[in-house]
Amino acid sequence: MEQLEAFATHYNYFITIFLMVAGLYIVIARGNLIKKLVGLSLFQTSIYLLYLTPAKIIGGTPPIYDPAYATYSNPLPHVLILTAIVVGVATLALGLALVVRIHEAYGTVEEDDIISKDGQL
Amino acid sequence: MTAVQPHLPILLILVPLFAALFTAFMRSGNAAWGLTLVASWVLPVIAVSMLLEVIGSGQPIVYELGNWEAPFGIVYRVDTLGAFVAVLVTVIGAVAMPFARLSVACEIDAHVQSWYYTMYLLCLTGLLGITMTGDAFNAFVFLEISSLATYAMIAMGQHRRALVAAYQYLIMGTIGATLYVIGVGLLYVMTGSLNFYDIADRLATMPPEQLPSVITAVGFLVVGVSLKLALFPMHVWLPNAYAYAPSFGTVFLAGTATKVAVYLLIRLLFSVFGVVIDLDDLPILEILIVASVAAMFIASISAVFETNAKRMLAYSSVAQVGYITLGIGLANQSGLTGALVHVFNHGIIKTALFMGLGIAAYRIGTCRMTDLSGIGRTMPLTMGALVLAGLGLIGVPGTAGFVSKWYLVVGAVEQGWWWLAFLIVLSSLIAIVYIGRLTEVIFFREPTGAAAEAKDPPWSMLAPMLVLVLATVYFGFDTSWSAGIAATAATELLGGIK
Repeated sequence: MEQLEAFATHYNYFITIFLMVAGLYIVIARGNLIKKLVGLSLFQTSIYLLYLTPAKIIGGTPPIYDPAYATYSNPLPHVLILTAIVVGVATLALGLALVVRIHEAYGTVEEDDIISKDGQL
Repeated sequence: MTAVQPHLPILLILVPLFAALFTAFMRSGNAAWGLTLVASWVLPVIAVSMLLEVIGSGQPIVYELGNWEAPFGIVYRVDTLGAFVAVLVTVIGAVAMPFARLSVACEIDAHVQSWYYTMYLLCLTGLLGITMTGDAFNAFVFLEISSLATYAMIAMGQHRRALVAAYQYLIMGTIGATLYVIGVGLLYVMTGSLNFYDIADRLATMPPEQLPSVITAVGFLVVGVSLKLALFPMHVWLPNAYAYAPSFGTVFLAGTATKVAVYLLIRLLFSVFGVVIDLDDLPILEILIVASVAAMFIASISAVFETNAKRMLAYSSVAQVGYITLGIGLANQSGLTGALVHVFNHGIIKTALFMGLGIAAYRIGTCRMTDLSGIGRTMPLTMGALVLAGLGLIGVPGTAGFVSKWYLVVGAVEQGWWWLAFLIVLSSLIAIVYIGRLTEVIFFREPTGAAAEAKDPPWSMLAPMLVLVLATVYFGFDTSWSAGIAATAATELLGGIK
């Protein structure tokens, strides 16, 4: 019962960990370069949830000062994650650009085929 | 000068950042090179004057961005260690720039040359930012600026394998950076702060039952940064990335990128966690030592069997990073001094070595051992300097490499670990094998093919290499500058820890 309660009240963290591990698994287990990037993106996205969950205070409002409200949510993690999203988008864009170039050069995006074309890297 | 003096930390980042903005709009590679040269030569002046100021006053330089004070705003805090690493990065950038023009002109397509310099400047911005900043998340942003620029630089290599190498590095590097962010996030949740020193202060008053979360954060941060600095066995991205990147990219990255990641590891271990957690209670230092010894041997042996000279030196870089992390793992005055002075010495030695291979690539277009045979007879100055730098890599007395290994051996003996001192010497013997093999190939074989027609390159390429090789010898005799500052930084770091 206690565990169930811990799960019900902390389900955000469980989702975070699931996304994190699923993303990392895809990066490791898949040979398709695009699928790897999808996994990497998932892995990075899970971090956004990890930061935002503790920032939200139940009953808290956006931090705009007003005498009517006493409880505010923490804005800093949101700002940090905005930055992290930009970094994530840039990484994904660069990764996809590289995959396009790899496809032009090798004619495939499967890791095994690339290795067999060039011998051991 | 006095008006600029307080703003030096931010100038160190703004100069390359804005130079990058301008080079991105230039069409001509030579014009972009000119601007990059100016920026690269201004930076060491800034870095050295900061180092002198820090050493002179004995106090770190604190720069509050937008005048927001410590825990609220981002604060740049430059201590001896930060300034020392910044000087290394900027000096290598400045020395390598004259080399860059011909090397880049020969290896990079004319229409993307200016973008290549843009990538270089952005990489420089990120690396210098890490050395300046006192904010954990800001360090992540700079880490990613430098990494993204690095991926692009590597992908511009001539062979299509450069693309795959860059892709592999992108995957590994992003996993490393993401693990680092997870660690920073956990620390932020536990302490409510992102400033390294504020985190340390708040951790000091934390009730012991909350420490497990902090220790989890330590794990994420150390593994994340270790991926970036290519600690064995997280080094698999490095040999391909260095081997297939354009020569100038390898020259610059080999001397700086992993060194800055080492800086970040030292900062986290000694300035943040060492203050709170007794490092002997956690097995981090032991794990570092085991991984370092494995790197020293396994990577060196891989280097011995490598057929591409550039890849051989890349494996040797993994081994040399092993010596640096070994010094961190020893965590005593001599060991840490050894690690820091090796950051500096290996930076100049490896840059000189890769310049030698860059010159070979400029003349004969390849770095395979079979193509290099006999090239020492037709390019005596370049290859003579290459062998001299190789002696520094081995750690022959009278070169800089000897000084850092000496400190490491003393550190191991101080700890009472004679076996470790023995292993350091033994692994250096493997370096004799691979440097010896390179020497044998380039000097004692008949020149064939392109190597027979090669000759020493123009002075703009040769001079930077000779400067670095002379520095290798100079810092082997006069250690007051390199080891002296490293010792001061080590004392500062060890003074704070529990």
